[in-house]
Amino acid sequence: MNEWRFWFNAQRGTLLALAIFVLMFVVYLSNHPAIVNNGYTAQGVGNVVQTAANKGILLALIAIAQTLVVLTAGIDLSVGMIFVLCNVVASFVVVGNLGAAWGFDLGPVGGPAVGVLIVLLVGVACGATNGLIVIFGRLQPIVATIASSAVFFGLALWMRPQPGSTPEFAKALGKFMLTKFGGVIPASMVFLLIVVVVLWIPYSRSVLGRTTYAVGSSEAAAYMSGMPVKRAKFMAYVLSGFFSGLGGLYLAFVTSSGQADQAAAGTYTLNSIAAVVLGGVSLFGGRGGAVGAIFGAFAFLTIKDLMFVLNVDPLYQPLLQGIVLLLAVSIGSARLFQVRNRLELFG
Amino acid sequence: MVDQVPLFQMEGISKRYGGVRALEKADITIQAGRVHAILGENGAGKSTLIKVMSGVVAPDEGRMLLDGKDVSFSDPAAANAAGIVCIFQELSLIPELSVADNIVVSNPPTRFGMIDKRAQRRIAEEALARAGGADIHPSTPIKDLPLSRRQIVEIAKALARKPRVLILDEATSALTASDVQTVFGVIKRLRSEGVALLYISHRMHEIAELADDCTVFRNGRKIATYEAGTKTDDEVVEMMIGREYHHVFPPKPAPKPPGATPALELRNLSWAPRLRNISLTVQAGEVVGLGGLDGQGQRELLLALFGVMRGTTGDILIDGKPTQISSPRVAKSDEIGMALIPEDRKTEGLMLPMSVRDNLSFAALSRFSRGGIIDRAAARSAIDDVIRLLAIKTDGTAVPAGSLSGGNQQKVVIAKWLMRRPRIVLLNDPTRGIDVGTKQEIYALLRRLADEGAAIILYSTDYDELIGCCDKVLVLYDGAITRTLTGEEITERALIGSALNIEGQEAGMMRPAVA
Amino acid sequence: MTDNSTIAATRRPLRQRIDLPVVTAFGCIVILLVVGSLYSTNFLSPEYLLQQLKVGAFLGIIATGMMLVILLGQIDLSVPWTVTLGAMMASAATAYGPMGELFSIPFGVFCGLLIGLVNGFAVAYLRIPSMIITLAVNAVAQGLMVAYSGGFSPQDSASPAMKFLGAQSTFGLPHAVIVWAIIGMLAVFLLTRTTFGRSVYGIGNKESAAYLSGVPTQLVVMGAFALCGALSAFAGVLLAGYAGKAAQSMGDAYLLPAIAAVVLGGTSILGGRGSYIGTIAGTILITLLASILSVMQMAEFGRQIIYGVIIVGMLLLYGRDKKLR
Repeated sequence: MNEWRFWFNAQRGTLLALAIFVLMFVVYLSNHPAIVNNGYTAQGVGNVVQTAANKGILLALIAIAQTLVVLTAGIDLSVGMIFVLCNVVASFVVVGNLGAAWGFDLGPVGGPAVGVLIVLLVGVACGATNGLIVIFGRLQPIVATIASSAVFFGLALWMRPQPGSTPEFAKALGKFMLTKFGGVIPASMVFLLIVVVVLWIPYSRSVLGRTTYAVGSSEAAAYMSGMPVKRAKFMAYVLSGFFSGLGGLYLAFVTSSGQADQAAAGTYTLNSIAAVVLGGVSLFGGRGGAVGAIFGAFAFLTIKDLMFVLNVDPLYQPLLQGIVLLLAVSIGSARLFQVRNRLELFG
Repeated sequence: MVDQVPLFQMEGISKRYGGVRALEKADITIQAGRVHAILGENGAGKSTLIKVMSGVVAPDEGRMLLDGKDVSFSDPAAANAAGIVCIFQELSLIPELSVADNIVVSNPPTRFGMIDKRAQRRIAEEALARAGGADIHPSTPIKDLPLSRRQIVEIAKALARKPRVLILDEATSALTASDVQTVFGVIKRLRSEGVALLYISHRMHEIAELADDCTVFRNGRKIATYEAGTKTDDEVVEMMIGREYHHVFPPKPAPKPPGATPALELRNLSWAPRLRNISLTVQAGEVVGLGGLDGQGQRELLLALFGVMRGTTGDILIDGKPTQISSPRVAKSDEIGMALIPEDRKTEGLMLPMSVRDNLSFAALSRFSRGGIIDRAAARSAIDDVIRLLAIKTDGTAVPAGSLSGGNQQKVVIAKWLMRRPRIVLLNDPTRGIDVGTKQEIYALLRRLADEGAAIILYSTDYDELIGCCDKVLVLYDGAITRTLTGEEITERALIGSALNIEGQEAGMMRPAVA
Repeated sequence: MTDNSTIAATRRPLRQRIDLPVVTAFGCIVILLVVGSLYSTNFLSPEYLLQQLKVGAFLGIIATGMMLVILLGQIDLSVPWTVTLGAMMASAATAYGPMGELFSIPFGVFCGLLIGLVNGFAVAYLRIPSMIITLAVNAVAQGLMVAYSGGFSPQDSASPAMKFLGAQSTFGLPHAVIVWAIIGMLAVFLLTRTTFGRSVYGIGNKESAAYLSGVPTQLVVMGAFALCGALSAFAGVLLAGYAGKAAQSMGDAYLLPAIAAVVLGGTSILGGRGSYIGTIAGTILITLLASILSVMQMAEFGRQIIYGVIIVGMLLLYGRDKKLR
């Protein structure tokens, strides 16, 4: 029993995000026209869930990317641009006839597989670039990633000045990734679950993962304790790039095309920070996790959906969304009134 | 024969920081299965010695031998690997991680590349039990533990590394009386297991209880090594304070007759749990010292006076009038006229990258400005005056304050407050880490300020300063004033005696729980 | 002794004034102009240069406010919608007859000031990290503007006064440039000659030391954010005048360039260090870079890449943190 208390305390942020999300989603579901008209059919619920899942997975992946860097007490303002760049790359290389132009057609299975690999490598390269600038160039993460995002956007624009796609785009793969299994379970949710189980959990329990938390909590103590500080920080940026790349890939599955969309990149970057905060990840570093960020992302998007089904005047929707965000980030400042030595406020 | 080779030896170790020599040809020999106590005043070189031993700093000269073989450590990890583990005064725990995470932090058990939580838990529980912290749950985040429990975790963390030499630097300073007994039990058991222990403490009765060997340091040199119990307390204190130099202190004036309204009076000032019922009076023209061991509430008292602490109780009277001081801004206002020379000039006293000029005028800007606009000519002339007055050595006033020497930086901190012409001056260890010459200038300045009518409270970790500068010394122990010394009573022996609280009875046993 | 120090005092500032970031930024401006003039002689014509200054004035005014906040070691991400809000509110006031027209500019600026006060209060008193709270406030400002502009057909065209300041010129001198020059001079005065400015630098360097020196740190922080909000809104007002009307998302293009202009001008993103002349240099540099790349018919993608590489490169030259040990 005692054990549960610690687990609960450690996961409080995540559980809160989960509770908020579930609550809102249930209200959303029960007010959704498809459910209101036809009752809770497996078909109807499945459709609503699938739509939400396919929309939410994009922000969820970007939020995971943001989480990794935020855990080290940094911030990555280039996640949106890496996302867009990888989307553009995917629109070229995730094709059924990769290599045909150079005379070695990899075929309808090998082509997309290698294409996916290339997209993810691009994401990793972007993340590694950020990591090198921040850790070895010793620039502040916020300015470094602002600058690098301009470069990433330039590359995306170079490849796709106009929104577009390749006729040979592996639509079958995209369709598969967005389908639902058994008519109910969305493939994108299964994919997200796999990502968490195969990537996030092992990482967070590895020595590097623990160092990521330690660096964000107290870099000096981590160094004194002989932890691999630089490697862990670098890895956080690399993985951040990887997850943003994964997001870009998924966007390509959704749209079957690529677009160097500056506005979308900005929105995703800012929303990723919102999702991370809602998901209980501390912007001071060291606390929170990817699972919380995922729920934070879904909760953030559900706010919008909820207002839609509750017939909130569309004009007031952004305002309400903003106010919810404002209140969410203001919670927690109450602890300040307990500080008794005012010098501690300046930490 | 094998037993004759000492476990660890240091020979002729020297270390300098800039021009200051922290260690001068120090030797020490540590035997397995014995507790070796290191004694010495603040700044005697104890902490440098253990930093060298544990690989935090590299010595300038000298050699270290482990099992009779030469060794050198490039970083703390290398020393750990060799079996030399240090429990530092500044905690090295990571607040957001759990107790178990912290205990195995440098070398966690892994399975398939992931940290094996079950094995980690086992190691942590074992280490906690050995450190006397079996009641601490290994899953608790460090940030939720009180200071005394963190100290136990720090000890458990050291034990989990299986040390051959364990260094405890003031390891009991944050502990409650019952925890101290537990830690003593741990130390005695480790000794019987053949671990060599190096024990540093200011508490004489602790050393009397634990130590097998003692070494006294003074001014970076080893003075003597002797077997415990062969010297009296008096002899030990004699070795610790014997001085090669004497500061030149300005003469003290004759004691003032009491009766005038004190410039500053405190009645039962408390800030639970660190300050307990402090009552004191300071007359204009008087220098009142705060004595006692480091960390007995002296800093908190000065900060509480300056309006930094929230939730103080009791009364503060300025010139006999009850006054509320809610912030430094109020404290420095003309009605109160207080100034605080803070403890850490680098983070609390100065903005190091800013120019000497800007630093000097920072606290007194309201004196040179009208409607928020600075009269630069007036500021400049006042700055020039104060630079001349304190003889601050600086290459012009536009250079960053960080480029000055430590002593001159401290002069800038003092000068920036003198520009306000304060009536009550609080000083928090103002001469720490500065050269002798500057120290003497500061002593003379303090006396001059007092003669001009300022009321001064001086906290110092250097007993000589309290003796030489103060008209009255209040000795603090655990947040309360335990003794007041005036005039001729202020002697080194009285100060050390009352600070250690060894007069009468076992003081450490009386310590209440500090949560 | 005194003689020596006075000589040092007079000689030292000259060397001090050679401030690496500012010199580098101005050096880059000269290089850009030289490269540009090799391409086309128009580059050195007064008309072209004034046009650049006019375009840069809007960014320069926003960067002024951003610089105040960055000097504190904070950041204001609510700039995009504060700019838009200023523009829209000023335009809206124009609809209310002659009085509205008269007060359109002050009203727009006032609305921005309110946004800044909210930011400042949350940062100074609630101690919410500025990066989060300004982001949330940006969302709220956006929500307010969407709600406002969509509900009823709003007046969105600029008042004559706004057009006068934002779009027109006297003797070839654009009024926007004059406005920027005045704001710039006020900013220099504020930063160097007032207790407020001195406190801003002090807080940015070491907030605890500033607090212990008796500075009302919370009021200063709130004031700086309020000024940043007001200046952003004022830039929005001028932009609306320049374009003739307010438009949604007109502020989006100004957030990152404003941060870049401040940082390229040598202001430390950690606060406490930086001069206004550097911010001017950064603003001109960014404006000129964009313009020259577009005149050279460099494709947009190339502009973005060069833009990013130059910022990273210049920061690696002089914007690095100290080593941990």
